[in-house]
Amino acid sequence: MTKNIMIVGVGGQGTLLTSRIIGRAALSLGCDVKISEVHGMAQRGGSVVTYVRFGDKVSEPVVEEGQADVIIAFERLEAQRYAHFLKKDGVMIVNDCRIDPMTVVTGAKEYPEGIIDALRAEHTVYAIDGQKIALELGNSKVLNSVVLGYAAEYIGFDKETWLDTVASTVPPKTVEINQKAFARGYEAEH
Amino acid sequence: MANKTIMLGNEAIARGAFEAGVKLSSAYPGTPSTEISEYLAKYEEVYTEWAPNEKVAAEVAIGASISGVRSLACMKHVGLNVASDPLYTFAYTGVNGGSVIVVADDPGLASSQNEQDTRMIARAAHVPVLEPSDSQEAKDFVKYGYELSEKYDTPVILRTTTKLAHSQSAVELCERVEVEDKEYSRNLSKYVMMPASAIGRHLVVEDRENRLAKDAKSLPVNKIEINDKKIGFITAGIAYQYVKEVCPDASVLKLGLVNPIPRELIEEFVNQVETVYVFEELEPVIEEQVRAWGFDVKGKELFTRQGEYSANMLRRVLFGKDEAVFEKKDAPARPPILCPGCPHRSVFSVLSKLKIHASGDIGCYTLGAVAPLSVIDTTICMGASISALHGMEKARGKEFIKNWVAVIGDSTFLHTGINSLINMVYNKSSGTVIILDNRTTGMTGHQEHAATGKTLKGEETYAINLSELCRAVGVKNVIEINSFDVKGLEETVKASVNSDELTVIIAKAPCVLLKGQKFTSVCRVNADACKKCGACMRIGCPAMTRGADGKVKIDATMCNGCGLCKNYCKFGAIETVER
Repeated sequence: MTKNIMIVGVGGQGTLLTSRIIGRAALSLGCDVKISEVHGMAQRGGSVVTYVRFGDKVSEPVVEEGQADVIIAFERLEAQRYAHFLKKDGVMIVNDCRIDPMTVVTGAKEYPEGIIDALRAEHTVYAIDGQKIALELGNSKVLNSVVLGYAAEYIGFDKETWLDTVASTVPPKTVEINQKAFARGYEAEH
Repeated sequence: MANKTIMLGNEAIARGAFEAGVKLSSAYPGTPSTEISEYLAKYEEVYTEWAPNEKVAAEVAIGASISGVRSLACMKHVGLNVASDPLYTFAYTGVNGGSVIVVADDPGLASSQNEQDTRMIARAAHVPVLEPSDSQEAKDFVKYGYELSEKYDTPVILRTTTKLAHSQSAVELCERVEVEDKEYSRNLSKYVMMPASAIGRHLVVEDRENRLAKDAKSLPVNKIEINDKKIGFITAGIAYQYVKEVCPDASVLKLGLVNPIPRELIEEFVNQVETVYVFEELEPVIEEQVRAWGFDVKGKELFTRQGEYSANMLRRVLFGKDEAVFEKKDAPARPPILCPGCPHRSVFSVLSKLKIHASGDIGCYTLGAVAPLSVIDTTICMGASISALHGMEKARGKEFIKNWVAVIGDSTFLHTGINSLINMVYNKSSGTVIILDNRTTGMTGHQEHAATGKTLKGEETYAINLSELCRAVGVKNVIEINSFDVKGLEETVKASVNSDELTVIIAKAPCVLLKGQKFTSVCRVNADACKKCGACMRIGCPAMTRGADGKVKIDATMCNGCGLCKNYCKFGAIETVER
């Protein structure tokens, strides 16, 4: 059985690192893994998405509409943009933050209100203010680890595997704070 | 060493080159090929470099091959256009040490200006093409490419696509095998492509291609998987994965060698299977050949030439349905934008204010084409900004370009912009060229180039001085200015476009994402002083938004304190504070 995870957000939010941690964790448990990433122009503040698929044998490297078991959205509008990728019983994890796209900044479009409530009408949604927790830990860059910790239960793997993989994937100097951040997300109320 | 790890397609290609005993690699960065060189540079055993452009990179690899070592050149699809001159003749000379050229296509245009298909060029140049479908094959096919290259005395193209290049999957690592350098001996009829030699080599090229086409039947990279004989696919590369995802029980002819293609194997396959689909992204390269041989297959009448394929797309075509359960919700688009603190924004804010049109080029600064800056009018290819501006002036006269400039990045200028500037000098242009010098190759992810003072291996080297270079080719007016000096820029640009002399303005400030910079301040709006006029918002900085009260807010986590916005606030409502 293949598990399909998507990480969506805004270029620069660190979706790449998050997908690599999930992929490596799956690989360490003997799964076949495929990860698909976005590089180049789209990374410059645009909407970005990465995919992680793992299981006995994985062919396609991307997750498609109607296939995602879990979507980790680092921003609300991106959660809305990709929600239709969820399976019927898929889970949406949202980092509760708002980053206005240029179409909103210029006034051409309005940022939708009540995104999370609207998503809850159709999907199982868990929201967390990852930025707040990251800042409490003293480093806004560990936001990814907080949110990943918050999503971990729905992706699978035991806590040990997660913490080991975080340690082996993030820059060596930031292992401790990233593990702490992961634990804060992991233990946060769902 | 049976060691399994997970690798990006591009990392696996680098690993393949390393294991194959490659000694030299030359490349110019281009998405989705860039990371190959960056990974390969980590292996001490391989000499790797950034060349100023793909033509140079290919020629460096050719020289290395002729001298007797295994060589590599890497580029994106449009880079092959630049390198096509040496490519066509490399097919004639053939190799001494094996040579592989990696060319990365970009179906779906993730980061490119067109969707061309490398296989078309390879067919025209009579160069064999291998196409892997995952990271393991990416590594294996590179190694196999060197075997083919040396056996058939030909350069070999390894074609990848964005999904292959930027997907990670499991790879088994092997040891590097050192290959003994081939002996070099002077060979006029093989390496000097003057007409008398080239006449003979053309026959060699044709003979080689025929031999390879015949042998292709039994090459291990071409595989028939016979399952259900009702439905079958002829496919290659990443498209194979979509077939396996949707129709795991179908029969498949998977082509690893996509030029030339194996007629006998195709005949064998088509004769066994009831309905055969040719499933290939971009152009119907395989399909047209198969049809020309008289085989009845289905292809581009069902599957588009545009964009990336997917399993859902195949499902929709075959079964009229896909797996979506929820309806897609409308969400305001989030196109890529210039980063907060980007020096290009500063230059564009001035051009926008002066209502100047820009003949644009290839790089992050292409993003100056969209609202609210809306400065760039044209983007064609590397170096075209300067030559197109020249063309406009020669076609419509000096007055026509009084409200035009050309904008080009530092790396792009060295790539092919310099040739265009020489043309402007030689043919007496009066235009204004702005080199957006951010000290790096920005868009592709911060690669060094000939003016940064560092090599791909991280060694110190001579940094070409761009203003001296411009002066040396005969530009009399070369003005260096800080990109964030908005007032100075405004005056300089006004004076330059109005003068009848060619001017190069070098707007300098490092890319905000370059490592090693410290940002100690942020900008903040004094809400009491903000009059909600929105003038500061017209620079299009993503750190700036309007609050519910209509007043401007600056997101402190995004702001880098560049202070550009302060120049556009008449009320002094924006201040710089310590972070």
